[in-house]
Amino acid sequence: MAFVSSGYNPDKPMENRISDIGPRHFEEFYPEVIKKNKGKWLYHEILEPGILVHVAESGDKVYTVRCGGARLMSTSLIEEICDIADKHCNGKLRFTTRNNIEFMVDREDKVAPLKQDLQSRKFAGGSFKFPIGGTGAGITNIVHTQGWIHCHTPATDASGPVKATMDVLFDDFQNMRLPAHLRVSLACCLNMCGAVHCSDIAILGYHRKPPLLDHEYLDKMCEIPLAIAACPTAAIKPAKVDFKGTEVKSVAVNNERCMFCGNCYTMCPSMPLADRDGDGIVIMAGGKVSNRISTPKFSKVVVAFIPNEPPRWPKTTEVIKKMVEAYAKGANKYERLGEWAERIGWERFFDVCEIDFTHHLIDDFRDPAYYTWRQTTQFKF
Amino acid sequence: MAKHKTPLLDQLESGPWPSFVSDLKQEAAKRAKNEKGLELQIPKDVVEDLLGVLELSYKHGKTHWKHGGIVGVFGYGGGVIGRYCDQPTMFPGVAHFHTVRVAQPAGKFYSTEHLRKLCNLWDFRGSGITNMHGSTGDIILIGTTTPQLEEIFFEMSHNMNQDLGGSGSNLRTPADCIGQARCEYACYDTQDLCHTLTLEYQDELHRPAFPYKFKFKFDGCPNCCVASIARSDMSFIGTWKDDIRIDAEAVKAYVGGEIKPNGGAHAGRDWGKFDIQKEVVALCPTGCMKYENNKLTINNRECTRCMHCINAMPRALRIGKETGCSILVGAKAPILDGAQMGSLLVPFVEVNKDDGYQAIKDVVEGIWDWWMEEGKNRERLGELIKRQGFQKMLEAVGIDPVPQHVKEPRSNPYIFWKEEEVEGGWTRDIDAFRKDHMR
Repeated sequence: MAFVSSGYNPDKPMENRISDIGPRHFEEFYPEVIKKNKGKWLYHEILEPGILVHVAESGDKVYTVRCGGARLMSTSLIEEICDIADKHCNGKLRFTTRNNIEFMVDREDKVAPLKQDLQSRKFAGGSFKFPIGGTGAGITNIVHTQGWIHCHTPATDASGPVKATMDVLFDDFQNMRLPAHLRVSLACCLNMCGAVHCSDIAILGYHRKPPLLDHEYLDKMCEIPLAIAACPTAAIKPAKVDFKGTEVKSVAVNNERCMFCGNCYTMCPSMPLADRDGDGIVIMAGGKVSNRISTPKFSKVVVAFIPNEPPRWPKTTEVIKKMVEAYAKGANKYERLGEWAERIGWERFFDVCEIDFTHHLIDDFRDPAYYTWRQTTQFKF
Repeated sequence: MAKHKTPLLDQLESGPWPSFVSDLKQEAAKRAKNEKGLELQIPKDVVEDLLGVLELSYKHGKTHWKHGGIVGVFGYGGGVIGRYCDQPTMFPGVAHFHTVRVAQPAGKFYSTEHLRKLCNLWDFRGSGITNMHGSTGDIILIGTTTPQLEEIFFEMSHNMNQDLGGSGSNLRTPADCIGQARCEYACYDTQDLCHTLTLEYQDELHRPAFPYKFKFKFDGCPNCCVASIARSDMSFIGTWKDDIRIDAEAVKAYVGGEIKPNGGAHAGRDWGKFDIQKEVVALCPTGCMKYENNKLTINNRECTRCMHCINAMPRALRIGKETGCSILVGAKAPILDGAQMGSLLVPFVEVNKDDGYQAIKDVVEGIWDWWMEEGKNRERLGELIKRQGFQKMLEAVGIDPVPQHVKEPRSNPYIFWKEEEVEGGWTRDIDAFRKDHMR
């Protein structure tokens, strides 16, 4: 392959340079019916799972067909999405915050052919390319991070556990039987690019072994003071270490103080944490971001550790399925998972979800810990 | 014939949910065939090697990617993340495999024309693998080599009117909900505010000058569909000051069962007949609603705008007309000192397009001045607020304290009084004190 220049001249990088232009203007990409009725929508209705109608003051309607998608997506698939949008939607489409694809049409009679087209498309391996769903009181797509496909700090994969989980929860993507919507998120390490800390159910990758120390290279590859400063528990201190008869500058880690956050590794590549047995999944539950009825809540740790079980993470999906079923059975209409857990009490939550409570679940991290212990005689047996 | 055997990944091809493995395989086949006859600028078998290295991670239970080096485009300090494989001999196609963040349009609406151009560019100069979208909101192009970075940027900026997104200690690419484009709950034009501020702060987005990352997110209403309250250093959440608009006829229709509650969101189960008392009035967190004599009334002064009644009866109840947004600050994920939710800084501000959102920009810039002055390296805004105290922030940005700022007043009296607040100041004479008090 020969290098093909775009026109960029490396000797004169500023020549004809265009910068700071930002994203394209959103209005260029609005479907006509959206452009015309923006800010004048009256109400919406979910006609069936995955299909919405929004009605404007003008009487115009926009019908949206929502499809799940793996956010890890090839240009082949994006081009197929474009083909569909060209055929049915005048060449316009959108993605949602939760990695769904939305195809919009302006007449009801355009919905059925679009739906049929989407449902007919499958990957060679048999899975749907464009499953329709993800609306209302059900489970929509999982927001997630990169995992083993592209990240240097993960404690688990992302796309794999997401695929495995969505396969198990697929029925709830396509029907709306739950008491309220239920948001599942995955972050493959504590950095939480996916910010799963306010999800109904969160799948979080976590390390459990303190960093390895690559003494031979540590001082060459890292700024030791930055690695030390990166530690939230002050577990790292500078150390002179004997490496094959030579004294080298390095660090020492007080393993008892390590909370396995990996922040040192972010600053210093000579302190890797990844380990087959050490790494795995934490399950958190009961968070939400909406202000509806109750205020936003953080997710709570309900399972301290599940080993990584590629390719399908069966223990992880089993625990999640159990929680979803217990919630579906026990919660009142409109009640989010966290609201339900608070109403019945977390002691009852562990009971009905058949999850063992272990010492790991009692907070011992700084001040907020105290406020999570029970300062009352009110509890359930 | 696949270059690498992937028996573990192959097990992720079955099941109903879209399989990324099948998708990667179809992309690998497309590159192998290269029907368009492209002069592919990065290795043809890059996706084969990506599958190979991922399979190895499935076998080892560990990642095979290394820290990024410093790569990027001239004049920008963000937008590209260096990425290298730690098994370059086994997987040469992905030995250098950098990420390019591309600024997504507000609302994530696209024309197929724009997406196809992006696909063509990425097939030619990259792996053909993307994230639609990354967690912060950008289009993520996964995998290219260093010599391609300037070329990609040149083609995007010259032929597509398209810029890169943010990374590093920058303003990260702002993101918004669908807003007024297709939602009746939106209290302001999230797309316009998001786009305007993104353009206004291009310098902050591309050139790292902050202590750490900084995120803006724009939610049109308190339902918070983009999770701004949990995920952004500065969160703009639509709200209103006046009364919820009631359509009494539509209320009757809900009560009479002619309209399905909550836009039909609960259709998958028989929950029985809609009961306005139980499902709306009794669930109101402030108890400010009444349904008496077939009439719904709201004591709007006591309403905290939680959205439940509006969500439950969207055809009968609408947001008020005097709309604007609340600004909350300091949300972040748990690393390092625990997760933080956004804290209310500005209860209400008009979202005024006509003056270019000046009132909002004033708050943004006040916060940035304080954080850039006081924030330590890698200290998020929320952590600085915790370290120095909420009062310090109010003082720095010149906002008067109001009870809305707190859930409850402090329960300890350990007030850090300032000398000027105390009559006579703190300079005293011990001899004068001893005149009245013997040792």
